[in-house]
Amino acid sequence: MNLVESLRIALRALGANKVRSALTMLGVIIGVAAVILLVAIGTGVQDEITGSIEGLGSNLVFVFAGNFEEGGGGGPGGGGLSTRQFSVDDADLLQRRLGPEHIVVPVVQGPVTLRVGNRTLRSVTAAANENAGEVFSAEYLGGRGYRRSEVAAAARVVAIGATVRDRLFPNQDPVGQTISINGQRFTVIGHVAAQGGSLTGDQDNQVYMPVTVAQRLLGTTDIGLIAIKASSADEVDAVQRQVRQLLRPRFGEEFSVFTQEQTLGIFQQILGTLTFMLAGIAGISLLVGGIGIMNIMLVSVSERTREIGIRKAVGARTYDIMSQFVIEAVLLSVLGGMVGIALGSAGAAVLQQWVPTQVTLWAVMLAFGFSAAVGIFFGVYPAYKASRLDPIEALRYE
Amino acid sequence: MTAPAHEDLSAGRVVLETLGVTKCYHLGEVEVHALRGVDLSIRDGEMLAIMGPSGSGKSTLMHIVGLLDRPSTGTVMVEGEEVSDMAANELAAVRNRRIGFVFQSFNLLARTSALANVELPLVYAGISGAERSRRARAALERVGLGDRLGHLPNQLSGGQQQRVAIARALVTEPSIVLADEPTGNLDSVSGVEVMTILQELNAHGITVVLVTHDDTVSRHATRAVHIRDGRIVRDEPVRDRIMAADRRAAVVAAAQGEDAAE
Ligand SMILES: Nc1ncnc2c1ncn2[C@@H]1O[C@H](COP(=O)(O)OP(=O)(O)OP(=O)(O)O)[C@@H](O)[C@H]1O
Ligand SMILES: [Mg+2]
Repeated sequence: MNLVESLRIALRALGANKVRSALTMLGVIIGVAAVILLVAIGTGVQDEITGSIEGLGSNLVFVFAGNFEEGGGGGPGGGGLSTRQFSVDDADLLQRRLGPEHIVVPVVQGPVTLRVGNRTLRSVTAAANENAGEVFSAEYLGGRGYRRSEVAAAARVVAIGATVRDRLFPNQDPVGQTISINGQRFTVIGHVAAQGGSLTGDQDNQVYMPVTVAQRLLGTTDIGLIAIKASSADEVDAVQRQVRQLLRPRFGEEFSVFTQEQTLGIFQQILGTLTFMLAGIAGISLLVGGIGIMNIMLVSVSERTREIGIRKAVGARTYDIMSQFVIEAVLLSVLGGMVGIALGSAGAAVLQQWVPTQVTLWAVMLAFGFSAAVGIFFGVYPAYKASRLDPIEALRYE
Repeated sequence: MTAPAHEDLSAGRVVLETLGVTKCYHLGEVEVHALRGVDLSIRDGEMLAIMGPSGSGKSTLMHIVGLLDRPSTGTVMVEGEEVSDMAANELAAVRNRRIGFVFQSFNLLARTSALANVELPLVYAGISGAERSRRARAALERVGLGDRLGHLPNQLSGGQQQRVAIARALVTEPSIVLADEPTGNLDSVSGVEVMTILQELNAHGITVVLVTHDDTVSRHATRAVHIRDGRIVRDEPVRDRIMAADRRAAVVAAAQGEDAAE
């Protein structure tokens, strides 16, 4: 008996019990759809974060206070209160010693409240020196970034992100306008193109000001991060090594230097693990669907004992009966898998409005392969039982 | 295949043979001896009736002869080859090629058309496509059901269902057809029709084994074997054999008479 014949028999058997077949498939459908959807979300988030880190610029090296390397601090913030923070002087030192071909930028971040007229907005400030625009490749839609003199004078000037512009200055040119930040009056000197990305907080809901003003505004002399743009990709490793040497006398091991690539790698590793965990959780529901298939196949075998007897009486071999039932189970799971893939992809497309999703080929193949495997695995035992029935006992079965 | 003209039927080639076959069922503590040593030779071209009261072991014997079941002790030979050496799949292949079954309870696949039911043995013989449906069609025409190809079993009368079963038994052109009480569930007219077909098959050279407890049915055969308590007690040729085709008119008239009397 060939495969086409087995397929036809299996299809007829499934068609004879449409509701039951559909309900059995539902288990697989939900499982596969869950795998597709969760992996799509995981991948989408991963892609977006990768994109936003890459979008920061190129050839960057980040220096943080606290030892996050070699398991020293146990994750960001692990350095705790005892960790000494950087100051602007440290950034200046690095700039002097690395030379002018590399650009060093001290970065201060903090929450701020913006107000224009009666409109207020909770936002974040990212403050640096006059080189920030170059290091982070900011694209100005209007106006300009702050200058060296404004950093030196701690001038109250600010460039704003796209979200801030849209909320506080709808339908008007913000350049030259006045904005109140934490109660202080600032002049808007420029606005930046939207960068997209919503996961690490809205990157467009930010205001950019000289680091000197930000320290006063936030009441701190600390620098959270020093960013360095190496002159070329080849120089990145050398810069990283030099920074380590320069900071070790002052900070011991209580600082971390990551290249942009390493930062990306860390994020990708974390998110990759997360995606795998999500897929695993969804896989469990696929397993439950498989047990549903086994259950129904066992019921089906005992219901059709007489049919099996008849088939054997007219010459069906063990293999014929076995393949008939295995194919039936595989058909249930594979059809369920295909519907699940369709549903999962559609769901991912709908979710796209709120979360970045990305349906990847490997997730589809994985879900499909897994559902087929589930069908084979859970179909074999019932099929084996059916194939081993004694023809006479099967024919006598009431 | 055909026996030399000067030999009578009893001298035909032995196609199936049992030697000291016993069958014992164990039901808990109790042992049921369904067969207690049966020696039986079935010869090519004969129509053999296996007679006996209920529970005497007729069906058990037929299942063993038809390779659906294995004996507890003793041997079964098909065309001189011993069956006990064969694996389940080989037995299935022999059943498929050489043996056709007709059961008392029809045993058709439910929700499956007459045509598909008849095609079933051909499916397992590896015959597909047009050839398969052509042969199934021809078999159904042979039993007078050429106009019922697409009917499901539950859309057919008992007699028609049994004829579908006969078509299924003969579609692979087996050398032997085994029928267990083929008329047991049928009215007198349908019964005569089924017997007519079986006699026709036999006239075309197919060996027919007929299990029955009905004396009239057994007299359609050429030889009758009587069993009782799992043993053969009598084995004799049938004298004044009944030809079903000749009885048909009388049976139909009688059935109409009964209808009129009601
Ligand atoms: N599977 C079984 N388990 C136990 N005993 C069985 C089984 N099959 C048959 N028997 C017993 O074997 C004996 C012979 O049964 P069998 O079916 O061969 O009788 P039979 O001659 O065909 O009777 P009938 O004319 O009623 O069909 C009976 O006593 C029956 O109870
Ligand atoms: Mg019986």
